[in-house]
Amino acid sequence: MRSSSLARAVRLGVSSLLLHKLRSFLTTLGVLFGVASVIAMLAVGEGASAEAQDQIRRLGSRNVILRSVKPPQVGDEDAETRVLSYGLTRDDFERISETFPGIEQSVPVLQTPAEVRSGQLLCRPRVLCTPHLFQSVTRRDLFSGRFLTEQDEANRSLVCVLGYEVARFLFPFDTALGERVKVGEHYLEVVGVLYSRMPVGSVTLDPSSEAGGEVFLPLSTGRAYFGERQTQMRSGSMDIQEVQLHEIIVAAERDIDVPVVAAACRSMLKREHDEKDYEVIVPLELLARAEETKRIFNIVLGSIAGISLLVGGIGIMNVMLATVTERTREIGIRRALGAKRKHIVTQFLVETMVLSGAGGVVGVGVGLLIPWIVERTAELETIVEPAAPIFAFGISVLVGIVFGLYPAWRAANMDPVEALRHE
Amino acid sequence: MSDSTLASAKPQPAGGSAPSEPVAELSDITRMYRMGEEEVRALDGFSFTFRKGEYWAIMGSSGSGKSTLLNILGCVDRPSSGSYRVRGQEVAELDDDELSTFRGAELGFIFQSYNLIPQLDVLENILMPVMYQDEVPEGIEDRALELAKRVGLGERLHHRPMQLSGGQQQRVAIARSLINDPALILADEATGNLDSKTADEILELFDELHAEGKTILLVTHEAEVGRRAENILRLKDGNIETVERGAERTGAVADAQ
Repeated sequence: MRSSSLARAVRLGVSSLLLHKLRSFLTTLGVLFGVASVIAMLAVGEGASAEAQDQIRRLGSRNVILRSVKPPQVGDEDAETRVLSYGLTRDDFERISETFPGIEQSVPVLQTPAEVRSGQLLCRPRVLCTPHLFQSVTRRDLFSGRFLTEQDEANRSLVCVLGYEVARFLFPFDTALGERVKVGEHYLEVVGVLYSRMPVGSVTLDPSSEAGGEVFLPLSTGRAYFGERQTQMRSGSMDIQEVQLHEIIVAAERDIDVPVVAAACRSMLKREHDEKDYEVIVPLELLARAEETKRIFNIVLGSIAGISLLVGGIGIMNVMLATVTERTREIGIRRALGAKRKHIVTQFLVETMVLSGAGGVVGVGVGLLIPWIVERTAELETIVEPAAPIFAFGISVLVGIVFGLYPAWRAANMDPVEALRHE
Repeated sequence: MSDSTLASAKPQPAGGSAPSEPVAELSDITRMYRMGEEEVRALDGFSFTFRKGEYWAIMGSSGSGKSTLLNILGCVDRPSSGSYRVRGQEVAELDDDELSTFRGAELGFIFQSYNLIPQLDVLENILMPVMYQDEVPEGIEDRALELAKRVGLGERLHHRPMQLSGGQQQRVAIARSLINDPALILADEATGNLDSKTADEILELFDELHAEGKTILLVTHEAEVGRRAENILRLKDGNIETVERGAERTGAVADAQ
């Protein structure tokens, strides 16, 4: 009996709303857009932050990355040839490796600006000279072959490991293993291929891209064959830079050691360097900052969506108040014919909830459609959490209740005599 | 309690038959309104008893208190003081919810402007008072169907009020007023919006209901409509002016002629 009377109330509510189709439709639009924007914004926000966190996590959450930074240009810009010496030093690396507690490993990286060729094909990836520890510290997966070994390091072997993109670019039809590539002026044998850092879905074949275009060789080999001077021709002038180490990746023993290690690195570098020719990147800090950014992002998006829902709710309330006034006489009739106050409240509350609920259902549909379109057209990653549509729909129903209560209450508390007299 | 006006009225029927059981008993009903600074007594110490099976026309000029009386009889308004009993139930003892249910169960309303619910069809409109009762009697749909046929709308069960003529709408309203077999049928200018031919048909329907023993109170200001009723109660200044009962009224008419 109860459920059937509710079903009847909903049916009657729908038929009342259908008396004013356009008005009802326009009223639901407010909630529709509100709900849709909640879902779409959350999806885009989640996607963006997931991507950011993913990138940070790939740097290794236990790592502290020290990186050489070219200091602000000072001095004579007109000098045709000069040697700019800056950045992290071997001494820095020694200090870190020897004295710091809480450090599991530290890995130096030297970068050389050599071109990489195979036959006619040429590319300019990042050529990184680093010991075998690099792979485990950065948690990179092997695609094929092996990574550099201690022996390579000891023997200054002429071997290299290619990033996936470089391998695909230089050897489009073949496995790169065992092939020889020319790095700068030297021929190196390819012993392995590393997976790229990018998500598999968006692998680009541009080997110069930051993420994928990488070639690894032993640090000792790099020092012996390419040196620490990087010479680049730039618009007629020679630009020579001398950097001993481009990057030192410091892996802490545990996550909780990361802040201490980071602080120690910072104070050591500050003490040893006159200029700020380095930066300290702490993925864990970035992660925390990303979390914070995400939180703020969610609050802002949530507020915007909340405001649109609020506006939608006010629209509904406005229309329902007008409806109540318009149907004063009907309310009087119903009261005279035996309707209790609660019947009138139920009737108008159900109508409001049907309005907002309909807006909610269509809004969920639209809200799911928007991320789908965004993902395909803007190539942004979007994540629709399963709770988001439920949450948004729930809010729309809540909006119906909150903004329907007052009109319903007004309707129920009309004096039947006055209501019947109303024209 | 009684004043000069009441004294002039005869409280007992003149006819020889024993009076039937009382349906609506009003005693010393006063209804005051506050209009700005002024206090208006729409009803002033009104006492009267309507009995089962009677058919009354309640007449009076505007401001005589007949609308207020109707509202109180219909339990949509409460008297400022005095007692009103329907079938022995003191109305003042009922709270708002109980009174609502009571209205639906014991009273049948017929209005001047029909007052059907536009979004409901004929059958649903007839069933309206039942829907608000706590318990729905069995076979009520059949009863509604029967009533629709009775008032001549058997063919239009699923029409909306907008698709019906005024006379047809009023027939629906009459069927609606009968669905709960009420103690009292209250008709407020029931023929006021209808042309004389249609009005006549509606009044014939009332005659039939009267013949079946229903208690009907018909508020009207039209003398012709009032004349169709069995008895006439005239109000003036919030109290009874004259009471004309069937037997003596025909006599009075004869005297006048």
